[in-house]
Order: sequence, then C-alpha cells, then structure tokens
Amino acid sequence: MFTIQINNRNIQAKAGETILQVLKREGIKVPTLCHLEDLFPTGACRMCVVEVEGMDGLIPSCAFPVSKDMKILTHSPKALQARKTIIELLLANHPDDCLFCVRNGNCDLQSLSEEFGIRQRRYSGVKDNYNIDSSSPSIIRDPAKCILCGKCVRICEEIQGVSAIDFINRGSEATIGPAFNEGLNVSSCIYCGQCINVCPTGALREKSDIKRVLDALNDPDKLVVVQHAPAISVSIGEEFNIKPGKDVMGIMTSALRRIGFDRVFDTSFAADLTIMEEGSELVSRIKNGGKLPMMTSCSPGWIKFVEEFYPEMMDNLSTCKSPQQMMGAVVKSYYAERENLDPKKIFSVSLMPCTAKKFEAERPEMSNNNIPDINAVLTTRELARIIKMRGLDLNDMEPEGPDTPFGERSSAGKLFGVSGGVMEAALRSAHFLITGKEMDDPQITAIRGLDGIKEAHVKIGDLEIGVAAASGLANARNLMEQIKNGRDDIHFIEIMTCPGGCINGGGQPIGKDLDAIKSRMKGLYQIDRDASNRLSHHNEYVNRLYEEFFEAPNSHKAHELLHTHYHKRDVMK
Amino acid sequence: MDTILDTILDKHRNARRDALIPILQEVQEAKGFLSRESVAAIGEILNLPTSKIYGVATFYNQFRFSPLGAQHVQICRGTACHVKGSAAVLDALERELDIEAGQTTRDGQFSLEVVACIGACGLAPVISVNGEFHAGVLPEDVNNIINSYRVDEEVQADAK
Repeated sequence: MFTIQINNRNIQAKAGETILQVLKREGIKVPTLCHLEDLFPTGACRMCVVEVEGMDGLIPSCAFPVSKDMKILTHSPKALQARKTIIELLLANHPDDCLFCVRNGNCDLQSLSEEFGIRQRRYSGVKDNYNIDSSSPSIIRDPAKCILCGKCVRICEEIQGVSAIDFINRGSEATIGPAFNEGLNVSSCIYCGQCINVCPTGALREKSDIKRVLDALNDPDKLVVVQHAPAISVSIGEEFNIKPGKDVMGIMTSALRRIGFDRVFDTSFAADLTIMEEGSELVSRIKNGGKLPMMTSCSPGWIKFVEEFYPEMMDNLSTCKSPQQMMGAVVKSYYAERENLDPKKIFSVSLMPCTAKKFEAERPEMSNNNIPDINAVLTTRELARIIKMRGLDLNDMEPEGPDTPFGERSSAGKLFGVSGGVMEAALRSAHFLITGKEMDDPQITAIRGLDGIKEAHVKIGDLEIGVAAASGLANARNLMEQIKNGRDDIHFIEIMTCPGGCINGGGQPIGKDLDAIKSRMKGLYQIDRDASNRLSHHNEYVNRLYEEFFEAPNSHKAHELLHTHYHKRDVMK
Repeated sequence: MDTILDTILDKHRNARRDALIPILQEVQEAKGFLSRESVAAIGEILNLPTSKIYGVATFYNQFRFSPLGAQHVQICRGTACHVKGSAAVLDALERELDIEAGQTTRDGQFSLEVVACIGACGLAPVISVNGEFHAGVLPEDVNNIINSYRVDEEVQADAK
C-alpha cells in the first residue's frame, strides 16, 4: 500500500491497480465507453483520461497503473475539455435519430452528451452509409450507430470464445462485422446477445417480435399463451426501478393478464419436465453404456456452438429439447387436446432472458406437423417495453397466481436460470430415480456461484458421478478440450452460454452490472430456500402429465414431442 | 482440392499466429487474391478465427478479396496525380465499371486498384490497364479507355 493524491486528497492504493480501479473504489466517477470489468483494458475510447502531475498529455486511467506519490486530477479543465471533445467527435457522424432509436433514454453516448451539456454540433462529419444487418433471427447490427469501442468484439472473443466479429478496415473506414463483412447468419455467431448487453449505443439490438405478439393479442381467433423463463421474474423489476433479485412473479403474472395474454404459464414447469426427461436419459446412459459425458441442451447458443465447433461431440448432447420448446410442445399437444383447441389457433409466446431463444424457436426441428412449438420469443427488455406501452407499472400492482396446469413448478425448475442450477435440479431427481430415496441435503454448494467452471463428485447410492458446470463459452471450450484430450472422470456437464447463466443472458436489461447479476442469483436461490417443493419429480402436474399423456419419461411419445436432434453447421469460423 | 493453397500451407504447418501476414502475402501472390476458402484454411492451421484474419487483412491496403479481372486497372492516387485531379478520375472509373476500388466486375473482365504512385508523375493523372499506361486522363476519357478494352467487339468498334 502507498499513498497517492487524487484531486488533492490523500488516498491509499495498491501496486498493480489501475488508476480507474482506485477511482471506482473511491466513488470518483470518470466516464468510460470501452471499459469492460475484468477484461484487459484497450484504452480505445479515451473518455477516462485524467491529468497526472509530471506527465505529458492526458493519461487513460483504465490502462495505467498507479504508483507511489502520484498526483492525479480527474476533473481538471483539460480533462473535461478532452472528454467533451471526444463526445463531440463521436457525434460528428452519428445518425441523429435518437427519437427513433431502441436505446433512446438508455444510451451511453446520449447520456454523456447530456452530462457534458452538448447543445450544438461543433463538428460535422460525413454520415456513414452502412447496410443494416438483419440477416440473423436474433440480432440486428446497425454499423452506422457504432462508435467502435470494441466491447462486442472483446466479449465475443474473450468471454464467449466465438470471435464472430472483429474490426474491419482502418481509420475513417473502420467498422465492425463478421469475416468478409457477411451477414451474421452465415458467421459463427451463436446469437447469445452478450454484445447487445455491452453495446453503449443502438448499434446492436435484438430482432423485435413485439409487433407480432401485439397482432396476435388483437386477433380474436387466437388463444395467446405465454410462458416466462426462470430468470425473468428476478430481473424484469429492474426496468421499473425495483431492486435486482426481487422476485416479482406474481406482479408480472398480473401484468401479463392485463396486457391480454389468455394463459400465463411458467417455463419452470417445463424445466421440471426437462429434469424428468434428462435425468432419465442420464441414468439410462450410465446404466446402458451410452455416450458420456452427457451435456445439457437447454442453452441454444451453446447448441449452435457445438454444431459449429465440436460437431464430433454432438452425440454427447442430451437429446432433450429446452424447457421453452418442451412447454411449446405440450401446450400444442396435451393442452390443446385437453381443452379441445385447434393447435393452429394457439399463439405461443415465450419470455426469455435470451436472444438465442429466438433462433431456437425458428429451428425447423422445433415444430410438430409443421406447426411451430413456439410462435414468438420476447426478451426481458421487450417485455418491459410492452408493459410500459400498456401504461402499466409493476410497482403498483397486486400479485396473481399462474394458470393451471403449467403454472405449477418446483423450485428446482426455477434454478434453471443460474449456472449450476440445471445440474443441481438434475442431481436431486437423479438421486431419487437411481436410489428411490431423496438426498439428505438438496443443496449442492460446490456447483453454485459465478466461477466459470465448477466441478463436483457426487455419491448417488453406489455410483460416484463426476459433474461439471461451465458458463461463458470460452470456459465451455476449455472443458471440451479437456474431454477431447481424454479426461473421463466427468459424467454430466451443464453448459450455459452466458457467464453466470440466464440471470446474465443477452436479453436481460442493458449493462453488465455485476452487483445486479449477483442479486438475481441470490434471488433465485432464495426462492429455492423458501420453496415448499424443491424437487422436480414431486411436481404434481408433471407427474399427472406422464400419467395422462406421455406414460413415462423417454417414452415413444415423449421422444416424439420432447426430444430433438442436431446438425453439423458449416460457417465461417 | 486446391493444390496451390495446400503447397503453401504445408510449408507452414507448425507456424504460429505471428506468421499470419507473410502467409497472407504468399497466398495472394500465388492465387491473386484471398478467397473465403483460403482464409478459412489459413485460420485452421494458425488456430485463428476468420473474422480476425479478415480484420488484419483489411487493415492493410495490399490485400484483395476478389480475383483480378482479365483487365487490371490501376489508378494512381499519389501526390502529383491527386493535384491533377485523380480523385475525379477514380470516381469516373468506379461509375463506369460499377464497382468500388478493390473489387472485380461480375463478368470478371475488369478489376480496379488504387495505387500510391506508379512513378510516372510527369504523366499525371495516370492510369494503367494491364501495364499499359494512359497519361493525362480526364474523367470524360474514362468511358473510351475502358471500352477499348472490352471483349465485346461491337463496343470496341464503337470506341474506335
């Protein structure tokens, strides 16, 4: 520890810290556009520059280490002027369409230009005339709005290990895009949407399904069914200034009814169903010498990743559809039959913290007799927009309960929203399936938390099962390489595409606020702790679904409706 | 199978990513341009994503991503040619050929490249078509010059 001086105040700092880290700790706000927590700094945007006594020019605080007796001025006239000029230069060729932009009111560039009191155009540049890339089912790229901070490139490369996009060209012609400037649809992009979460402007956004959903709601011939993913109820509140992690399921249900959804179901019900199918599949693979380690298949970005980068390991993937698709399938089969409805007249909407789910819903395998399991997918952000559009506020609504039969869930199903949660839920039920007895303690602490790879060896009866949970596909790649190189003590692997799981999904509120993500995780574990039923196999309606319709897990009918298959994908990777 | 590409890549089986630019140069030298297939194959031996390779290659002016046309048009944008109005000539060429600098026409007849200085400043502004120089080119000359190289004989007759 040594002393440095910031704005004429003495402050303790550690060797190896960057100036920005010290500033953050001390609550001194310096704006950044290209900074990403925990990733190596690039110093691209220069917004964080500060004056350091004895040094020429301004110093980028994100990329400069503190040293003993350093004297720093963070808001000197020189630093402020430099920041203001940067904003003015960025605005020089930025499209002036804030009023029409999806990020209106939630844009770093917009709020900085407001903070700096920019009231006139000092520089006027030639507007870039780029094509909007709407080729993918999930993500829209508008390079004209890109300020080249490079955060999308880095999160795609360093966190997801995909590298679908990079900088192209140089200088004033520089842009960001896939190889050969092609559309995302022929790139290796897995549609996770992490790039959207970190984009400071409207250059990246989800492909919106709001209009299609509103049209269906206004169509008297359609029965509009909605399901909400486990991670939504602990994050949607943030869009209404409710604190992160607070479970607003009941209020959200009531909002969904007022918007006009005819049935409100819970994806966590389908997660319980997934556990029955996937747990049985695992037990059968272990007992009958099937392909191991078995890998989970709930996360559609991860599925596309395997199809592109590890096609030789597609047999390791569980054949189970994801909970979203299982719910879609049972709504248009069992439920339609039971309620005497024409499946063609059901419009099935799912609310997901995810952009890749839009891609998953469009996969041709995800349909039955040419009727898609799911008709439209909305992200957490799109749901918030619809709620606001309808003049509703989650802060002043009374909670309501979901509809039967797919509203009931165990808290194990709810854990699907967090990395390690599918594994925990599966182990609880696998224990029962194998031994006929419940686990002494259903809480499996070793696979909880935000670490990239978590492992445990769990004893179930006479069996010792090695399990691993990874999130962030760079971590998944690491694990895959270990398996390819002969590691064989792991039997079951859970992969979630986004770091930390769906609580940090690409469809969640904009930004990467680590505290909010941790709170969402805590929220889900709190729900589990408080729940009366923490076990998927004790979900009464799941059991009834088997009695009345599927007969047993992995039955012929279950395979027809609840399982799928995968295809090798040739893309520019 | 692409034997030219394979022969080059075979020499670099154990190369690391710092060999990227020399490999790109070698492949372009042999093939005339960097195709998607070439870039993907280079990515495989260097364990580099294609987006990264394309990013590096587009950073430099020397790499092209479409094959050269039967007639390769180079336009000088050096200082002397610039002063004499080569920007307008480039515009005229891009309009005439309906491509941008660095591209090749769909029929493969023409490709267009911007070069820094051909060393013929006395003739500025200068363009070269397959090595044949045209001096003091005005934007309004471009149509005739290009037509004189078109394979279509009728157009050629018109030009004369």
